[in-house]
Amino acid sequence: MALTNEIIQQKLQEKFGDQVSNFETPFGLLSFQSPKEMNLKILQFLYEDATLQFTFLTDLCAVHYPDNTGKELAVVYHLHNLKENIRIRYKVFTGIQQPDVFTATKLFEAANWMERETYDFFGVNFIGHPNLKRILNVDEMDYFPLRKEYPLEDQTRIDKDDAMFGRGGSIY
Amino acid sequence: MLETKEVQPHHVKLPDGSIEKLTTTLNLGPTHPATHGVFQNIVELDGERIVSAEQTVGYIHRAFEKLAERRPLYQVTPITDRLNYCSSPINNMGWHMTCEKLLGVKTPKRVDYLRIIIMELARISDHLICNSIVGVDSGAYTGFLYVMQYRELIYEIYEEVCGSRLTTNIGRIGGFERNFTDTAFQKLEKFLREYPKVLKEFENLFTRNRIFMDRLQNTGAISTERALNYGFTGPNLRAAGVDYDVRVHSPYCSYEDFDFVVPVGSTGDNYDRFLVRNVEMWQSLHIIEQAYQKVQEFKGAEAEVFHADVPEYYLPEKKEVYTKMEALIWHFKIIMGETDIPKGEVYHCVEGANGELGFYLISDGGRTPYRLHFRRPSFIYYQAYSELTKGGMLSDAIITMSSLNLIAGELDA
Repeated sequence: MALTNEIIQQKLQEKFGDQVSNFETPFGLLSFQSPKEMNLKILQFLYEDATLQFTFLTDLCAVHYPDNTGKELAVVYHLHNLKENIRIRYKVFTGIQQPDVFTATKLFEAANWMERETYDFFGVNFIGHPNLKRILNVDEMDYFPLRKEYPLEDQTRIDKDDAMFGRGGSIY
Repeated sequence: MLETKEVQPHHVKLPDGSIEKLTTTLNLGPTHPATHGVFQNIVELDGERIVSAEQTVGYIHRAFEKLAERRPLYQVTPITDRLNYCSSPINNMGWHMTCEKLLGVKTPKRVDYLRIIIMELARISDHLICNSIVGVDSGAYTGFLYVMQYRELIYEIYEEVCGSRLTTNIGRIGGFERNFTDTAFQKLEKFLREYPKVLKEFENLFTRNRIFMDRLQNTGAISTERALNYGFTGPNLRAAGVDYDVRVHSPYCSYEDFDFVVPVGSTGDNYDRFLVRNVEMWQSLHIIEQAYQKVQEFKGAEAEVFHADVPEYYLPEKKEVYTKMEALIWHFKIIMGETDIPKGEVYHCVEGANGELGFYLISDGGRTPYRLHFRRPSFIYYQAYSELTKGGMLSDAIITMSSLNLIAGELDA
């Protein structure tokens, strides 16, 4: 029997009841959420269950929603069952004051750098990560640049003298 | 891991604290000629054997994900060029297809086939570089110099189609910027005619070359389980024995219309990666031939189709912008990012030359992506480098690095 989104949803709800919620299938990809404390239990269940077998971590990243008070940061997992060839998206939300989420490195080696990258850009603190330090940015950096409070430079600003690039200096 | 104590040769009695008893720390990179890009490895050496390697990445990080957050969709394309710059067209097409998925644009078959021609050419040029560089690193420069001439043929086709060669920015959301010219098809024919012979000769130089085999076999090997756990995709995963190919498993761009084989290796070592890439080049040639044949089968008005009929997203031709009101309006709206982009979250992946290249795009209905994340295959599998090289010779580690096909641009995003 081929694994379908309905079966996955049903199995998750049987096991975790109300803890898993917001089931959606945008563009055919089953997507759901859970409280952040549950993430390891759910990932492990998805990994080890004989029918689910989501043993391949495709992607891990974070998203910042500054207006979503108390749940500003979302950590998004894309998982893939290579045998049945079905993918799912799983999200946990965490507050930005204490962005602690359990690490998935025990299940997936691949999560190691992806979590470091997520920490680097969003400051998500992955509890239990073997080597949680910055990866793409310099170690001395003291902020998390992909958060929404850091806008990119306004390209129309004129206070900066940068005549070589057609801005400021003799042009204005 | 080798113990420090074992280093001491049995026939010499070394005093305590002798340098022979200690491991050496060597800084390999970030601009070492053998690393082909900005990679730094701090390797702990015991003689010539690697005890541990620690990778440092991020030297050419350019904050693409942040930059993308203030660019309209079509302006993100040049960013994707600079991920895996050995096969930019695949990244461009992958991005276009992600946008098309979000916007609900359906591309005509001819566009799909033309895209496949370009993407497979890009795959050939990427694999060709990777495999010939493996040759360079194992001391065989000839192959590299020889095939460079034929990569040129591919770049000339890009040039004819989009005007540029390395960072192509090829195509647009909905199709191509212009139809393929006759010259483009002539160049393609020339390539299809000449390339098989070249590839054959390239294989003759390397595949059963005793020295080459000895250097590559049993070095940098990874087991199937570890490769999957490390998130390997693409040729590197297939060399470890898993026949996962995005083109087959989640077909995009009408790949389901084509007949091709997914090569798999068994040992996951450098030699298998080399072989898998070589077979993939043959398969890509096969796909291009089929696609070209299918393109030629279009007749009449269908043979002129090179983009989907979606004026609200497809940037109109400049000539029309100057002469037609409608085109001018759409041009303005697209350039200023005034077109409506639906809300939604989409993950789309394509089989890049290195593996599964994914685009996770979140749109909040604004003019730019709310968040865009690139799943870069080489970033993910470079983690395994330390495990792949541990216990091996330093010179093998260099070959492992090139046979993984690490591209700094993609790694650092």
